[in-house]
Formats: sequence, structure tokens, C-alpha cells
Amino acid sequence: MRAKPLTLLTRNAPEPDAHRLMNPFGPAHVRLLCLPLLACVLLWCGGCGDRQPDRTPDGRVIVDYWEKWTGFEGEAIQSVIDDFNASQDRIFVRRLTVSQIEQKLMLATAGGNPPDVAGLWDYNIATFSERGALTPLDRRLAEAGISAEDYIPALWDVCEHRGRVWALPSTPATNALHWNKAMFREAGLDPDQPPRSLAELDAMAEKLTFVEVVRDGRPVQLYYPELTDAEKAAKHFRLLRVGFSPDEPGWWKHQWGAWFGAELWDQDAEITADSPANIEAMRWFGSYTEKYGVANFQRFGESFGEFSSPQNPFLDGRVAMVLQGVWMYNFIDKYAPTLEWGAAPFPAQNPGVLEDVTIISCDVLVIPKGAKHPDEAFEFIRYVNSREAMEKLCLRQRKFSPLAEHSPSFIADHPNPAIGVFIDLAKSANAKTIPQLSIWLEYRGELDVAADRVFDKLATPEEALAYARNRMQWKFDRERRRWDMTSAKRQEEWDAQ
Amino acid sequence: MTRHDRRRLGIGLLFISPWVIGFIAFGLYPIAMAVYYSLTDYDVLREPVWVGTLNYQDMVTDDVFWKALWNTMVYATFSVPLSLILSLLVAVLLNRSIVGRSIFRTCFYIPAIVPLVAVGMIWIWLFNGDLGLINHALSLIGIEGPQWTGDQHWTKPMLILSSVWQIGGSMVLFLAGLQDVPRSLYESADLDGAGPTHQFWHITVPMVSPVLYFNLIMGIIGGVQEFVKPFVMMPDGGPNRSALLFAVYIYQNAFTFNNMGYACAMAVVLFLIILVLTWLANRMVSSRVYYAGD
Repeated sequence: MRAKPLTLLTRNAPEPDAHRLMNPFGPAHVRLLCLPLLACVLLWCGGCGDRQPDRTPDGRVIVDYWEKWTGFEGEAIQSVIDDFNASQDRIFVRRLTVSQIEQKLMLATAGGNPPDVAGLWDYNIATFSERGALTPLDRRLAEAGISAEDYIPALWDVCEHRGRVWALPSTPATNALHWNKAMFREAGLDPDQPPRSLAELDAMAEKLTFVEVVRDGRPVQLYYPELTDAEKAAKHFRLLRVGFSPDEPGWWKHQWGAWFGAELWDQDAEITADSPANIEAMRWFGSYTEKYGVANFQRFGESFGEFSSPQNPFLDGRVAMVLQGVWMYNFIDKYAPTLEWGAAPFPAQNPGVLEDVTIISCDVLVIPKGAKHPDEAFEFIRYVNSREAMEKLCLRQRKFSPLAEHSPSFIADHPNPAIGVFIDLAKSANAKTIPQLSIWLEYRGELDVAADRVFDKLATPEEALAYARNRMQWKFDRERRRWDMTSAKRQEEWDAQ
Repeated sequence: MTRHDRRRLGIGLLFISPWVIGFIAFGLYPIAMAVYYSLTDYDVLREPVWVGTLNYQDMVTDDVFWKALWNTMVYATFSVPLSLILSLLVAVLLNRSIVGRSIFRTCFYIPAIVPLVAVGMIWIWLFNGDLGLINHALSLIGIEGPQWTGDQHWTKPMLILSSVWQIGGSMVLFLAGLQDVPRSLYESADLDGAGPTHQFWHITVPMVSPVLYFNLIMGIIGGVQEFVKPFVMMPDGGPNRSALLFAVYIYQNAFTFNNMGYACAMAVVLFLIILVLTWLANRMVSSRVYYAGD
């Protein structure tokens, strides 16, 4: 049987009206034309139709708050939000968890539809404020009686840029040396005595490093100092455990200079990536592959699991000492609760001159430019920065409070046994923040590339840092030219806000 | 043009207006704006400032731009012909009457429909220098595998090898082309005593040359624009930026460093590069393509 031809006009249907086909304004054409036009109209309206109401049914103003935290950190801020909402009859804060918050906030602000409050990082402040994407808080802070004295000095500093305050801290962090006491004991070191200088750290790292070497065709496992000089020079061994790696986790390799007293910027027009102290820091960074071998470190690094997993090399006992932030306790608690560990200030190159060096950073709360309810948004930020709410948030996120004073029970209540170390470091005169540069992200990336080149023995510290400096100076000059062209207008806008 | 013609033209334009409006709003306008922004200093948040050809001049002195361009050219030079040859060979084999042919065809096509982000994540583990299955397989035959992701000399070969795995799309096109080759040609070649190699070079290749040509052009365009896998596998460009591809560098400038003007200028340059490469391929190959209808 032949299949019926596929056609809309069946044999029984009446013949189409020739006149109607000729007349383009007949009803069939009109209907056909209406469809796409209707679609266009719907599309057009769609863009404005999905606005959410900005008031709750009981008439409270809704403050939209974008935050990056998830998991227990998200729950911590939500409980603070719930407290705030319960205390209010005027404002209701609605949290939205946002990944890649920097990019999304930038696009939402450029598009004129930002949230009222956003949780960013300290390194975003210079970039976002200089580009006119944030609301300055000075007037509101003065009215609320909040000032620098209320905060740990370094944390107030990172919220300032170009003479104005752009954010208030939410949860801060400092980093410190974490060491594995069991590994110390096994290697014959005093488990309660962390290194006090970089030279001591290097010497301890050597004693803690455990390798496998082939002798007479058989693999032998031993500590690094037990290798013969020829074996050390040939570097034909496999790293099984290391005492320390300056490239693990590698999050601050652009800032090792801090422990050598170096600066990355002269606070004016010069990028100082290749200052003598920075070069010295980079030489120390590269000394580890010099000693233990580039390929050995590459292979060892490849064997690590995800940071947030039991295969984290510090948690599974393959790296004895790491530079890590205050959050490390959360991961120890979750993945290696039996680990015997301690935390102490990471030793400086010259401990007599430079004590208690740390990199201090913090998450911040900002009001994007164009926010619909800036006053209500500030009300919420102010609440989060009250001592009670801040301590609740920081205890639940297991960090320390950015406020200058904490309640007497804060340290005792804190689950992290080493929290005091991190608080003392935060208040240290040598707590280093990131440079407040609008090109910082690019600068950081360039320094990381330079560090990798030195670590992989592709360049000397002098070459790598001179290249990074020239490249960033070029970018920075361009950025400064741009700022000079727009600063007067920008200052006027900020004065008006 | 009579009044009637004009009216008919108007109605015609009205009918295609949804597409025309869509094309102008989502195609032409963004392209035109990208060209405009390429001549400005623009960071998305502030108003663009006209700088003329400064972005293009900067590109000339930007080492990383040249490095990214070099990486991309090396990647495309190897991955495009390799994928092309391999997909043609697989298609020829799968065109033979073998047992379980449709199962094999499905197996070879499956990689083409796996999401690229997942593919990137899997490859990065396969190429792991210490725990990776690839180095394990090499060790079984007595070869100590390289540090694929850590050694700057091996990152590009790693990207090329992982790209060759996804040949499903072009293989299907080759299969369709192969099925159009008249059997009579092979039969008469058989009678004339031509072996399989001769038949492949003198019948199969010329007869599927339009597909080969199409896959080559699409391969060049796709290869030079390669983004997702390198971005997932090495978001910062790998050791010493050895695997930083052009499109990833554009992304970094546009969305990480906020140099949108510079990124637009690079996108314009990428467009011109693709245009020139396609034109070259067209000039060199098109006269050798055989169309049955001609």
C-alpha cells in the first residue's frame, strides 16, 4: 500500500479560494502575521515582567543580599539574617547564594539592576570602587557612629580606597604555619617546637622529607638527610612525604615577600615586584626545587587530591608543615579529626626584625551603586557589624571577629583551639594586606606566573620578577592615566552620594 | 518597481522581520559594538573612552598575546588534521559490513555528546602525572610518562590528544558521504585489479572530498576558537602559560581583568585570523573538491 502523501490539503478539502490567496490582506495572512508580532511583544514584555515585588505582604522593604557562602558558612549568615528579620518591622533581608559573584555583580551593576547588599572580597574594593560600582559609606558611617577604632586596624584599612570607606568587614582571616606533630615526633623533632626562623624551617623540612631511592636495583625508603651526596645531587629519588613546600597550597606565592619585609607597590606610581627583598623571597621559593628537583616536586604535587578532601596532603600526612588560613581547622575537623596539629606564626627570614608576619584578608559587605534601598541595606550591614551578630557569624564560620574588641567568652567558646594565634596575628603590626590596586587581580596572576617560572627553573628570580614588573608597570600606567582623566568626575559623584 | 511589487516586498520583509530583528539585535549590534569597544578603553562599569587604535598597538607589544596566538596555532595545526584523518579512517572502517556495526558507530559517536566541561575534568585526571591512567598504561610498556599538566612542553600535546578523542561529529558526516559513493565504482576498480589502498585514495577520498572540505573549514574555525576544554583543564594557562589559548586569554581580559576594550580588539583580530585561514584553505583546496553534480 502506498503511503498517503504528506500534505495539508487533503483531497476532500475545498479548493483554496484563488481570490483570497491573491489578496495579501486576507484574514489568513493577518493571523499569520500576528503570531510573530505577538511573540515579539511578549518577548519585549518578558524582560520587564519578572521583577519581584520589593515589599513583603506585610509591607516591609525587601533588601536583596547576594552572598557567595554555601554550606555551613551559608547557614551561619542565614541565622544572622533570620535574627535581623525577626527584630525588624520595616526591613526584610532576602539572601541569594551567588557563585562567581564578582563577574555577576559587575554585570548586574553595569546593567543597572544590582542587589542592595553584596558580599565580596577585600581585593575587589579598589577595582569596584574606582570604577564607580560601589556606594561610599562615609556619611552613613558617621551618622551611625562607626569608625576605624571599632575595628582591627588592618581590616579597616582594606575597606578604604582613595580616601573613602567602601565596605565593612564580614569575616576576616589570617594565615599561619600549621604543623603535624606526629610527623615531627617520627622524624625525631620536638613536636611542640615549631620553627622560629626561615632557616630553621628549611632545616626541619629537610629532616621531615621522606624519599624512595633505588639502590642496587631495589627501592629503599629513607629520610632525605640519609641520602648520599651523590644521590642528593642526582635527584633520582621519589618524594613520598615532604617537610614543607612553599608551593603548597600555592595561594600566597605572590606574597612570600611579606616574610622578607618586601612591598609590591610603593603606594604611589611604582610597581616594586623586583625589589631586592622580593627577589630574595623568590630565590628562597625556588630553593626548594633546586634542592629536591623540579620533576620530583611536579610528580609529588600531582599526587594530591582536592583541597577539600581527605586527600589534602596536609590532612593525609604527606606534607608536615603548611601555610594555611584560619579556616584550615574546619577541614581538619571534617576530614582528619585525629590529626595532631598546632598553629604558630609563620617564621620570617629575619625573626629579630620581623615578627608575627601574616597575610590578612577579609570578606566584605558592600552596597553596589544603583542599589534601590541603600539606607535599608546599610541598616543590615550595620546590624551584622554589631558585636553580638558578628560574633555569632564568626563563631559559626569558625573565624575570628574583625572588631577591635571581642566578648570575654569568645575565645573559650571558639571551637578552633588555635584561634588565639590568628587573632594575635591579625593585630600584629606586620599583618600585611593585599596592595590596594585596581589591577591587583592581574598583578597577582602575573606574580604567580613569575613564581612558577622560578619554581620550574625556567627563569632566574631576577628575570621572572623584572618581566612581571615591566608588564604590570605598563598596565598600571595605563590605569593611572585613566584615573587621572576621570577622578574629578568620580569624586563629584561620590560627594553627592 | 510597481506599487504592487513594493507592497509585496514590504509584506515579505514583514514576514521575515522576526528573524531580521533578532539578527540585528543579537548578531549585528553586538558585533558592531565589539568593533566599537575595540577602539576604546572600556571596563564594563565605566563609560568607554575613545583611544583609537591603542588596543591594537598594545597587542603588538604584548608578549602574552603572541604566546597565546602561538599556542593556538600549534594546537590547531596538529589537532585539525589529526582529527580529520582519524575521523575519516574510523568512518571508512565503520562503513564496512562488520558484526555489531551500529554498536561501534554509537560508541565512537558518544564522546561528541558528552558535555565538554565533564570531558575536561575527566581528561585532567587521565593525564595526571602521578595517578593518571595514561601514565599507568605507559608504565606497563616500560615508558615513564611525562608530567602532562606540570611540564610546559607537554601541555599542548595533552590538549591535542584530548581533542582527537571527540571526532564523532565529523565521523558521522564522513559516514553520510561514504554512503553516497556508488558501489559500482568499487566494483569496476576491483575488476581492474585495484587494491584497498588504491581504492581508498582514488575513489573514497575524491568522492568524499566535499565532506572533507567542509570538515576542514569547520575544524579550522573550531580549532582556532577552542575554549571550553583548555579553560576547564588549565584556567590560568598552565605552567608558564604554555597552554593559554587565544580564546582563554580573551576571556581573562574581558571577565577577570575587566579589560573589555582590549578583549574586544583581540576578538576582532581572532575574527580576521579565521577569515584569512578560511580563505587560504578555500584557495588551496576548493579546486580539488569533486562535486558529483558538476
